[in-house]
Amino acid sequence: MINLIWLFLMVTGILYAGWQGRIEVVTQGAISAAEGAVGLSFKLIGVMCLWLGVMKIAELAGIIRFFSKILSPLICFLFPSVPKNHPAMGAIIMVLSANMLGLGNAVTPLGIKAMQELQSINKEKEKASDAMCTLLALCTAGFTLVPATIIAIRSAAGSINPTEIVGATLIVSLGATMSVIIADRLCRMYYQIRMRR
Amino acid sequence: MFSLLTEQLSLWVIPIILLLVPIVGYFRRVKVYEAFVEGASEGFHTAIRIMPFLVAMMVAINIFRLSGAMDVWVDGLKPILEFYGVPAELVPLAIMRPLSGTGALGITTEILNTHGPDSMLGRIASTVLGSTDTTFYILTVYFGAIGITKPRYSVFVGLLGDLIGFVGSIYICTKLFN
Repeated sequence: MINLIWLFLMVTGILYAGWQGRIEVVTQGAISAAEGAVGLSFKLIGVMCLWLGVMKIAELAGIIRFFSKILSPLICFLFPSVPKNHPAMGAIIMVLSANMLGLGNAVTPLGIKAMQELQSINKEKEKASDAMCTLLALCTAGFTLVPATIIAIRSAAGSINPTEIVGATLIVSLGATMSVIIADRLCRMYYQIRMRR
Repeated sequence: MFSLLTEQLSLWVIPIILLLVPIVGYFRRVKVYEAFVEGASEGFHTAIRIMPFLVAMMVAINIFRLSGAMDVWVDGLKPILEFYGVPAELVPLAIMRPLSGTGALGITTEILNTHGPDSMLGRIASTVLGSTDTTFYILTVYFGAIGITKPRYSVFVGLLGDLIGFVGSIYICTKLFN
């Protein structure tokens, strides 16, 4: 699917630009996006180092083990393929909490860390495992208690009550998260049935 | 009151984590500085691994946007979505949301400025932005960092989440703010 989407974006973009007589946009856009991607990766290095450093302290201090003990029933339910007491469990809890607290740039490093832990128990290294798909689904549904960025742009736009949408975002993102969990389960079952045949 | 609380909360969360983790670590006899450096040393390598994935995805999205092909899709979808009660002003946001975080933020800011943050459109746009995430960015970065090239059904599930977030925002906002 990802190959088709990528191809679709490229082909429709280039053909349309050509048809409109603005083909030069393609070259400029491609080069500036490629440069922008490198810039973004470099920006990520700093926050990656920061949060992975903090995570290491938390790990050695037993803070992560403490949280994974408390929340293990929930994580076991969502990620049945992850063995109990595996470090992936703590990492998953960390990224989900960072997501909920709306920690912005801390979420990406923690998410990658959790994916790396899941990759260590993945059998086919190029293919996303069941647990990885579940984690990605939860992260893309983006359940946040405090959507700080939106509150900020709302007050910047002169809203009388910038936080009045918090209730709505909570209901909607909770609903989206639950639907995504169900959809993920159904897809997983479908794949397992197809694999057996 | 609530506004002040959330504002303060988002201001304090990160400093508090940065304060508490090393303190707890120190009392649990962790060599805090050495541990931090050990953890941080993985950061560089991981960020570099993401780069080719980000280049591939951002180039395709940028060409799709700048060429005007995205606007064609937006214009084509408008009458269909309007038939189902989706305001036409929100269609660009629906297309942009999974593709680009900064793009979606830009569209939302524009809606807030032209229609007002306390209008129904402003509220819905804010809710959409708050209850969904940039699916393609997350997919690219998370799977890129560990070298996954076959994401299986997760693209579908992620986009489904965005769709539910979008439709849900319209539904909940019209119920809640009327």
